[in-house]
Amino acid sequence: MAEVESVGVLEKKYSRRTFIKGVIATGATVSASSYALRGTSLLGAATFQTSTERLITLNVNGQQRRVDVLPHETLAMTLRYKLNLTGTKLGCDRAECGACTVLIDGVNQYGCSILTHQLRGRSVVTIEGLEDADTGELSVVQEAVMEQGGFQCAFCAPGFIMSMTAMLDTNPNPTREEARHALSGNLCRCADYDKILTCAMRAAELARSV
Amino acid sequence: MAERLVGADHAPPDLRAKITGRARYAEDFRAPGMVFMKLLLSPMPHCRVRNVDATRALALPGVIDILRASDVGEPSDRPSESMLTDEPLYEGEPILAIAAVDEETCAAAIELIRLDLEPLPFVLDPLESLRPGGPNAFTGGNQFSGQDGWSEYKWTDAEFAAIERGEMPDPQDMPTTWSKGDVDAAFAEAAYVVMEPIVHQSLTHHPMEPRSTMAYWENGRPFVYVSTQSAQRTKMGLADALDVDPEDLTFVSEYCGGGFGSKIGGHTHMALAPAMSRKIGRPVMHRVTRYEENYIGRARPGFQSWVKMGFRADGKCTAIDLLIAQESGPYGASDYNSAGSIADLAFTPENIRFRGVAMYTNTPPKAAQRGPGGAQIISMLEPIHDKAARQLGLDRLQVRLLNAPTADVGFGPRNGTLTSVFAREALAEGAEIFDWEAKQALSGRRVGSKVTGVGLGLSPYTAGSRGYDGLLVIRPDGRLYAYQGVGNLGTHSIADTVKPAAQLLGLNWDQVEIVWGDSSRGMPRSSIQAGSQTTHAHSRANYAAAEDALRKIRLVASRQLGGSPNAYQVDNGRVSGPGGSMTFAQVAERAIALGGEFDGSTLPSDISERETVPAAQRLAGQGLMGVAADAYGGNGSIYSWQAGFALVELDVETGMVEILEYVGWADCGTVIHPRSLKAQELGGSIQGMGMAMSQRWVFDPRYGVPFANRLYTARPPGFHDVPLEMTAGAVNIPDPQTPVGAKGIGEPSVGAGAAALTTAIADAMGGNCLCRTPLTPDIILAELEGRPGPWSRLDQHVG
Repeated sequence: MAEVESVGVLEKKYSRRTFIKGVIATGATVSASSYALRGTSLLGAATFQTSTERLITLNVNGQQRRVDVLPHETLAMTLRYKLNLTGTKLGCDRAECGACTVLIDGVNQYGCSILTHQLRGRSVVTIEGLEDADTGELSVVQEAVMEQGGFQCAFCAPGFIMSMTAMLDTNPNPTREEARHALSGNLCRCADYDKILTCAMRAAELARSV
Repeated sequence: MAERLVGADHAPPDLRAKITGRARYAEDFRAPGMVFMKLLLSPMPHCRVRNVDATRALALPGVIDILRASDVGEPSDRPSESMLTDEPLYEGEPILAIAAVDEETCAAAIELIRLDLEPLPFVLDPLESLRPGGPNAFTGGNQFSGQDGWSEYKWTDAEFAAIERGEMPDPQDMPTTWSKGDVDAAFAEAAYVVMEPIVHQSLTHHPMEPRSTMAYWENGRPFVYVSTQSAQRTKMGLADALDVDPEDLTFVSEYCGGGFGSKIGGHTHMALAPAMSRKIGRPVMHRVTRYEENYIGRARPGFQSWVKMGFRADGKCTAIDLLIAQESGPYGASDYNSAGSIADLAFTPENIRFRGVAMYTNTPPKAAQRGPGGAQIISMLEPIHDKAARQLGLDRLQVRLLNAPTADVGFGPRNGTLTSVFAREALAEGAEIFDWEAKQALSGRRVGSKVTGVGLGLSPYTAGSRGYDGLLVIRPDGRLYAYQGVGNLGTHSIADTVKPAAQLLGLNWDQVEIVWGDSSRGMPRSSIQAGSQTTHAHSRANYAAAEDALRKIRLVASRQLGGSPNAYQVDNGRVSGPGGSMTFAQVAERAIALGGEFDGSTLPSDISERETVPAAQRLAGQGLMGVAADAYGGNGSIYSWQAGFALVELDVETGMVEILEYVGWADCGTVIHPRSLKAQELGGSIQGMGMAMSQRWVFDPRYGVPFANRLYTARPPGFHDVPLEMTAGAVNIPDPQTPVGAKGIGEPSVGAGAAALTTAIADAMGGNCLCRTPLTPDIILAELEGRPGPWSRLDQHVG
């Protein structure tokens, strides 16, 4: 039942409706041109603007990062184009593939479908944050993937690894069936699903032995 | 003793970068002053651009410049693709590109462009274009030859009347025709003859990484970061497209997020970012969205086809009459040709007639998609194979063992031969692991609304090529550096093709460095990463280079220590013989001192002058160089085989199919890397299952607009579409014609997975093969309930 409750809470916090309301409230339009990045005015050049950037502080991978964000800017775009954290991939721009999965307060979420300005005071962990920055030690999930030779093209790998990390937090002892369910929001077009599941099960084993 | 590398599992050398976020794919590169580029895509399936008014767009703050078709190529009346066009031939074809300081400004500018378009006739369905008076995809016609230009090819009313009657049409003068034996006589003598119309869908590749590109120019030389399956060969193609000397192009593609045939030698639109950058003098990021990827990202061509097959009473296939009309998009594809040869190879009928026509259509462009032609035809013919077995009262596995070829096979229009074939062994071993007898006993069992189906398929595809170059350097740090010109598309072949070479040199895997993905580091002439060639072609090329290195190591040792070169052996990074022993580090230093051929200062004459020589010259003097062309030769084509077995449950009340078990077993020669092999077999098989069941192309026939243009509508298989437990392996019998014994495996698995599923669904339906893809629940339900669907028998892309 705990799972159901947490899903309910998340639904309230991160639902599609909340997301769209957030975009509309800023006066921006959701057009056929999909997610268009704005605000990387790298040379300070003039740009097409209908709204202005605001400086906010984000907690990313344990660090306080100050960054200018537009009201309708997604977390994936902020991470990739403003904080140079390109490990979070864009596979579909629209909550269909999970390549942009990150952890928000420990819960796996699509980075393409969260507005950055909604994350003040929350903790964001990306794939770059799993490895110990000082020792280079990998997380148990990463260790398991190394051991099992996981992934093919691996464009989906950061997203899957974040989902596996979140899964172990809520269900440290999953069955293959449960692991499959926990990872079903991520797509692997190489269809390396069998090996990915083996990695997830091995990660759970390693986590239990730590 | 150094470890044995061939047949052992090792994590690929790039894995740590991939799972820590350090791996940089094309869209992950940044350059100072980088701006963005976006495309304006055609809103119509065929039109002429009469005028473009970009005044308001160019006046928008932050907009830098525009690229038009006239900036990047000459107009052509040929069916050849250019980066931008003033006569779009499919909805989504790029008309122009805008550069601006950020992507959102690009998008806003695109919205401000005023287009004056003249709609032109279009066609989505090959049969419509074949109808007398039917529309053509091009204004000039529906067939093109370099010699005669445009023409019209139409069938007559008689063919369409035959189709209406449910018969196989008999069109005259089909553009591609070949035959062997006496098909009519064989049908007359056959114990069982079956004819089925076939509809196979087209479908988008949808690799996870869209084809983004970043490019800039410095001092007149381009630096380009692309997503491509191949590396060295893509670089040569891109240099041509940009009209620069290949040595002036710095080409980076260290990681590619999948291609499956859609990014073989790069892709047409990868030259747009460098073209824009050249024009505006600033670095350009061309980020391709998933929506755009659907249009410009290539698709597998679909077939509308008729096949007649004849069988002897013992199940031997004796005759095939195959007719294919291919949905080719505006720029063509040759899948139908492969389909003809592969039908001949897989069923060994001895009497075959093949007729095919590629029909231009106004749909997104087609390209090879993993197992092109083979996957389509195997997934469609295997259920018919089963139908014959059922009619003749035979076991389906035994019939396949009978029809599978042996080493003496001759196939296709030129009666080609193979280097080796162990298809029957793969079938037999796979069947044992699947437990065919026990599973077959479950066939047709009904529990509640669920009926069990058991399926199997046998799928061949090309798996090698010959004649490329290998380039290795042992440096004074004692390590082997393997310079790879092959791309890193996720198959692990950048590393696996070096293993036999490293093993020959007696090295442990941690003494080997793979160098790849950046042309400034040296790329020898390589195969494209397509046709499952790489494992075969480059295990050979690297092995040839290792033999050259070994010869030189022995010469260095014998000169330094005395004795005959051949008396020296290598192991664990040392060379030892009658005069004592040296480390590879010492050998490398000695090689540099000796110069000449030892350190690559002089190079062999048979390596590629234009491609390998410049790469080797960059590395000369850095250590002992092994460099050689693959001159091992060989006779016949190189093919691998995959047998696939599936157990499914069909819910006859909902039309839903659940795949419960899958076993794949391959003949791909010597197994170099078991874990990667298994991943290739299962990944390819799942792609095949997606092709047969879950994934789809859907078009609005009235406006020519694709509906399934995103992942959630195209639906490639997700975690819940595949079984929890899957098994795969190989017979592991070396190909006798290659020194390493290994063949490729990427492609046969697609047809095997698809066929195991199409046969299992047919089995669950009592042997009723629908002979169409995708087998969606509504299509299955309509058939089960005996009611007509809202589509005609031969309609494609209906849902």
